[in-house]
Amino acid sequence: MSERLDVRKTYKLLVGGAFPRSESGRSYEVLDAKGRFLANVAQASRKDVRDAVVAARSAQRAWWSLTPYNRGQVLYRLAEMAEARAGELAEQVGRAEGIRAAEARATVARSIDRLVWYAGWCDKVAQVLGGQNPVAGPYFNFSVPVPSGVVGVLADQASSLEAFVDAVAAPLATGNAVVALASEARPIPAALLGEMSATSDLVPGALNVLTGRTGEVAPVLASHEDVDGLDLAGADDGFAGELAALAAETVTRVLRGADPQDRGLKRLRAFVETSTVWHTIGQ
Amino acid sequence: MEERPASTLSALEYDPAPESAAIARLRESYGLFIGGAFVEAADGATFETLNPATEEPLARVAQAGEADVAAAVAAARRAYDKVWRKTTGPQRSKYLFRIARLIQERSRELAVLESLDNGKPIRESRDIDVPLAAAHFFYYAGWADKLEHAGFGPDPRPLGVAGQIIPWNFPLLMAAWKLAPALAAGNTCVLKPAETTPLSALVLAEILQQAELPDGVVNVVTGDGSTGAALVASPVDKVAFTGSTEVGKVIQRRLAGRPTRLTLELGGKGANIVFDDAPMDEVVEGIVDGIFFNQGHVCCAGSRLLVQESVAEEVLHRLRRRVDQLRVGDPLDKNTDVGAINSAAQLEKIRELTAWGEREGATRYSSPCPLPERGYWFAPTVFTDVAQTHRIAREEVFGPVLSVLTFRTPEEAVAKANNTTYGLACGVWSEKGSRTLWVAERLRAGVVWANTYNRFDPASPFGGVRESGFGREGGRHGLEAYLDV
Repeated sequence: MSERLDVRKTYKLLVGGAFPRSESGRSYEVLDAKGRFLANVAQASRKDVRDAVVAARSAQRAWWSLTPYNRGQVLYRLAEMAEARAGELAEQVGRAEGIRAAEARATVARSIDRLVWYAGWCDKVAQVLGGQNPVAGPYFNFSVPVPSGVVGVLADQASSLEAFVDAVAAPLATGNAVVALASEARPIPAALLGEMSATSDLVPGALNVLTGRTGEVAPVLASHEDVDGLDLAGADDGFAGELAALAAETVTRVLRGADPQDRGLKRLRAFVETSTVWHTIGQ
Repeated sequence: MEERPASTLSALEYDPAPESAAIARLRESYGLFIGGAFVEAADGATFETLNPATEEPLARVAQAGEADVAAAVAAARRAYDKVWRKTTGPQRSKYLFRIARLIQERSRELAVLESLDNGKPIRESRDIDVPLAAAHFFYYAGWADKLEHAGFGPDPRPLGVAGQIIPWNFPLLMAAWKLAPALAAGNTCVLKPAETTPLSALVLAEILQQAELPDGVVNVVTGDGSTGAALVASPVDKVAFTGSTEVGKVIQRRLAGRPTRLTLELGGKGANIVFDDAPMDEVVEGIVDGIFFNQGHVCCAGSRLLVQESVAEEVLHRLRRRVDQLRVGDPLDKNTDVGAINSAAQLEKIRELTAWGEREGATRYSSPCPLPERGYWFAPTVFTDVAQTHRIAREEVFGPVLSVLTFRTPEEAVAKANNTTYGLACGVWSEKGSRTLWVAERLRAGVVWANTYNRFDPASPFGGVRESGFGREGGRHGLEAYLDV
C-alpha cells in the first residue's frame, strides 16, 4: 500500500471578491523558512494592482454605507472563520516563519484576538475620535472620523499573519477598503486570511490581497491616484522613502512604523479624516 | 476714487471712515527674531513689503538665508532641550494665556498693521483675524496642562522643534493657528511668514518678548520661498505648512523617507450647494461671505456655487444686486467690504484664470464698482454658464471670482461637489435637516457649513481631505499634529 498522495493547493490573489490567478498568468515559488519548496503562488502584475484599486474604490462606498454595528459583525465573523481554521493558519505561519508549533499557535491566537479587538472598534471609533465642538456662536458643531477611502497596505515582510491582520483590520474597522500586498517571501497566511474573508460577509473588494514581488508592484500602489492612504510597514527605510515620494504626488497619507501589538489608536487614526459639520441653531 | 453714478448708487454713499494708519506704529525696518532677539540677516539681505492698496513700500524686512534658518532652528533646539521640555504644562499654559491677553491689548494696532500689509478690510482684520488669533492662544492655553486627557494616551510627548510655514491670506491668524497648539503641546517653533505679509508675525514676536516667553521657544524667519525651503531642509522634527497644493506636494516629497512629521493645509475649490427650499436672503449673504470674504483669498472659499435649477434664476438675480453693493476700496475704511488683492502676482493669476473663463465660454459678470487707480484691485466677479471642465471650475482662483453651476437632484449636487481633487470645505443651504445631513455625509470635505459659510473657531477642527492636505488645526484634534502619538 502506498501512502495517500496529498492534494496541494494553489494560492491565488483576492481581487474584488474573486480569486484570480494573476492576469499575467505568472507565479513564483514560495519556500519555507528552511528553504524547502512550499507552493507556487500567484505573482500579481501592475494590472492586478490597478484592478484591485478599482474594486476597492467601488467596495469602499458599500462597506462604509453599512452600519458600524454591521461592519463590526463582519469583522467578528472573520475572526470566527479564522478560529475555525486556526490549525491551518498555525501550520502555515510555522512553516513561513520557521517557528515552533506552540509559538505559531500563539501567534495565530493573538492575530484572531486582534481581529476581535478591531471588530469591537467599528461602532466606537466615532465617539472616541469625534464629538461636539463647543464653538463660540449659535452653531451645532460636530466632528466625525470618516474613512480616507482606499488604503494600500505594504504588509510586514517578517510577520506573516499577526502584522498583516493589524495592518488590514484597522483601516477596515474605520470604513476604508484595503489593497494589501502580502509579505513577498511569506505570503501564504495572508492569502489564507483573504480566503476566509470571502466567507465572512465582507463586501467583495473591501479587502484585496495580492501576492507577488514587492519591488515590482508596490510602486504602482504608492503612485496610484486613487489610493488615499499607504501603510509602508513592509518596506525598508530606503524603499519606504521612494514609495513615500511617489505617494506625495497626490498627497496620499503615509503611515510608517506602527506596532502590531500596540494597544493605542495609531493605526485607527492613521486613515481617518476628521469631517466637521457646522449647523446653524435658530428658531 | 472716481465718483459713483448718483442715479444707482446714491443711497449707498457713505463718507469715508478711515482708520488711522499711524495706529500700526510702523517702523522702517524689521529684523529676524532668533533666540529671543531681533537680528539682521547674516548677509544683511533685506526685502521690501508693500501696501497692496497703494503699492507704496511699508517697511524693509530681513531676508533670512540658510545660515539664519540654521541659527533659528539651533535656537529652537536649544530652547527645547534646555528650557521648554522642562517647563511644566501649567507654566506653558500661563505663557499662552499671557500671549492671548497681549494680543487683545494690542488688537487695534495689529488690525491696522494687518490691513496695511495684507490689503484686507479693517472690518475683517478687526472683527475676525485678530480676535480669533487671541482666541486660539486662549483655547490652547487651556490644553497645555491637560494633554493626558486629550485622547492620545496617558503620556503624550511633544515632537521637538516645529518648522511652520504660513501663507499671506491670514498672516497673524495663521501664525496663531500654528504656534498656539505647538507651544501648548510642548514644542519649540521656527515660524516662516509669507513674503508679502511678514509684519504682524514680527509684532507677535514683540508680544512674545513682552510675555517673557523663554528665548528661542519661538523664532521668526522672514523671507521668500527659499527661506521656507531651507526650513524644510533643516533638522526639524515637524513641518506644518499652509499654502498651495503645488508647494505642499513638493514639501511632502522632500520629507519622504525622513522621520519628520508633516501636516499640510492646502488649496481648495469649495462647493456652496443651494437647495430650492433654502432661505433666499440668507443664501445670498452666505454666497457673498463664501467667496468675497477676504477678497476670495481663502483656501476654503465657496468658489463654486451649485444652485438647484428651479431657483437658479432668482438666486442669480439677487446675487448680482448684492454684488453691485459691495464696496471695494481702501482697506482702512471701516465701510469697505472688499479690499486689495494681496500682490501683483496674485492679481495677475486672477486675471489669467478669469480670461480663461471667458475664453472657455463662461459668461462673466463683474461688479461695476469703481476701483482705485493705484494698488491691486479686482472687481467682484460671477461666472455663469460654467462647465465642470472649465479651468475656473477646477482650479483655485484665490480671488473674488465665483463660478456658478446648476443641479437638479441631491445626488447630482453631491457628484458635482466631489468632482475635484480638492476636499477642504463645502456649504449646504436647505431648511430640511435630514437632507442637509444626507449631503454632508457624502461630501468629501474636511469642513461642511450648513446654512452658513466661512465660520472659524479655535474649538473646531479645520483641514482638508484628498489634495487639500492632511492634519487638523483647531480643537482637540489640532493637538495631534504636535504630539508624538
